[in-house]
Amino acid sequence: MRLLMRIWRSTVLAATGPAIGLAGWIAVLTAGWIVPGAVASTVSGWYRFRYADLLDEPLAVPAPGRDLARQFAFIGLAGLLALLSFAVVVGCWAFSIAGFGWLSFGWAARDQLLTYGDPVAMSVTPIAASLLILLALALPLRFASWEIGMARALLQPSRTAELSERVDALTGSRADVVDAADAERRRIERDLHDGAQQRLVSLAMNLGLARATLADTDPRALDALTAAHEEAKLALTELRDLVRGLHPAVLDDRGLDAALSGVAARSPVPVELSVSVPERPSRTVEAVAYFVVAEALSNIAKHAGASAATVAVSAFHGRLHVVVTDDGCGGADPSRGTGLRGLAQRVGSVDGTLTVSSPEGGPTEIRVELPCES
Amino acid sequence: MRVVIGEDSVLLRDGLVRLLTAHDLDVVATAGDAESFLRLVSEHRPDVVVLDVRMPPSFTDEGLRAALVLRRQYPEIAVLLLSQYVEERYATELLSGPPSRVGYLLKDRVADVGDFVEALRRVASGGTALDPEVVSQLLLRRRRDPLERLTPREREVLGLMAEGRSNSAIAVALCVTDSAVGKHVNNIFAKLDLPPADNDHRRVLAVLRFLGVGKA
Repeated sequence: MRLLMRIWRSTVLAATGPAIGLAGWIAVLTAGWIVPGAVASTVSGWYRFRYADLLDEPLAVPAPGRDLARQFAFIGLAGLLALLSFAVVVGCWAFSIAGFGWLSFGWAARDQLLTYGDPVAMSVTPIAASLLILLALALPLRFASWEIGMARALLQPSRTAELSERVDALTGSRADVVDAADAERRRIERDLHDGAQQRLVSLAMNLGLARATLADTDPRALDALTAAHEEAKLALTELRDLVRGLHPAVLDDRGLDAALSGVAARSPVPVELSVSVPERPSRTVEAVAYFVVAEALSNIAKHAGASAATVAVSAFHGRLHVVVTDDGCGGADPSRGTGLRGLAQRVGSVDGTLTVSSPEGGPTEIRVELPCES
Repeated sequence: MRVVIGEDSVLLRDGLVRLLTAHDLDVVATAGDAESFLRLVSEHRPDVVVLDVRMPPSFTDEGLRAALVLRRQYPEIAVLLLSQYVEERYATELLSGPPSRVGYLLKDRVADVGDFVEALRRVASGGTALDPEVVSQLLLRRRRDPLERLTPREREVLGLMAEGRSNSAIAVALCVTDSAVGKHVNNIFAKLDLPPADNDHRRVLAVLRFLGVGKA
């Protein structure tokens, strides 16, 4: 039953082929010169509809304007194939019907073409007509499979196009993720600034006030008060350092140069800072550059045993270059320390590159290149 | 002394009012955003204002901008800027005018009640109060100029002068004698080519030079 169904559908495909094939040719030869993209997608749309409807073969659609040459090639070739398969299939049916027709009713016209009753004709005709019927049943399947094979190869997006689309989509979604993470950091900074930090300041202030006004109270109570006051101030400093590491507000407000003075000034190792970025890069790239410098300086303070460090940020040829050096003991290895790996990941998230040169005995140089647009 | 406060956190605003009132300062008005703050200041004409940098609506530098407007319109009103973080860039903008009647401190400093009130009074009476954090950021930025000639100790002294401290306060901070500080100060004046004149004036000039805003 299913085979019969397939034969029937393939036959319909062959019978209707020339109409679409010719219409496709006409469309390409007339409007194809003016609006090639629209014509290619409309005509291949007709074909796609045929295959989806008759052969249960939905085909992937290339992006608008893509793979035009292949679609035009398909329209040209499919037209030829449609004409050929129409001619063959319809011819087979026609001749076999003619053969049986002649066998059945030939006696009525026995004086014409072949001599009805001639033994050769009478034996060859039924065999030929039966063979033709078999061909008329089998060939549509063959033609349909050629046609769909061609369509799969030419009408679907090419592998290259598919991959490049995928890369575009992934690049876009990754940028979204990076931006979202950045926005999240900003939000947390804001929340802490408006909430916990204000509360702590207020707490420390009240403790300070209490300490100042209760000077002649029980010394044990005063000791506890003093301890609480100092603790509150320490907590405030720690929270401030933490929050500033998330995303400093001045970075959005005044840019990289302004934000980096704070980082450099807080570094226990003396830092020489030079920033020359005439045009501000995107906020995400700025945040990455800031993070690179902050993280690199904190690594230097923790591990390098350096007496001096330099930070140079400059923009040229559409790239932001960040170079951090120190005169410490060297031996920094990105494959081991989590700090450097985190840096490399953050830099990679905006298609930047990070190179570390850190021979044993120093000096260490971290070089980061970021695209200015992202 | 009459004070107007601009601070968007209600908690902190009330705390500041309590703190200043306890120290016999007269808080005449408080505001939660820069716009109403400026209106209240022009209405009450206080001696000094205490102002948060980050305020609504954009929560970036409204307070700083309000302070700049204030210093242009009412130079006689002293401004003490408070912030959760101090930034060298904001300080430079704030100090682009005359470096007197102006202060810029971390909010944390409020916790040391006595010091904070003293800083406020100092600013109100024409002095300066810069947070040590700002000073160290400014120092980092001023490495490559005539200040190079100063020894690290002299730079330290100059930094403390910029914070607004007197010679004796500097002596206490550095654990040296008053006369040692006096010597350092004179060396600083000499190295910065400041002619002998009224000492206070020279102090202001030295601080100006230090902040990189003075004329050479």
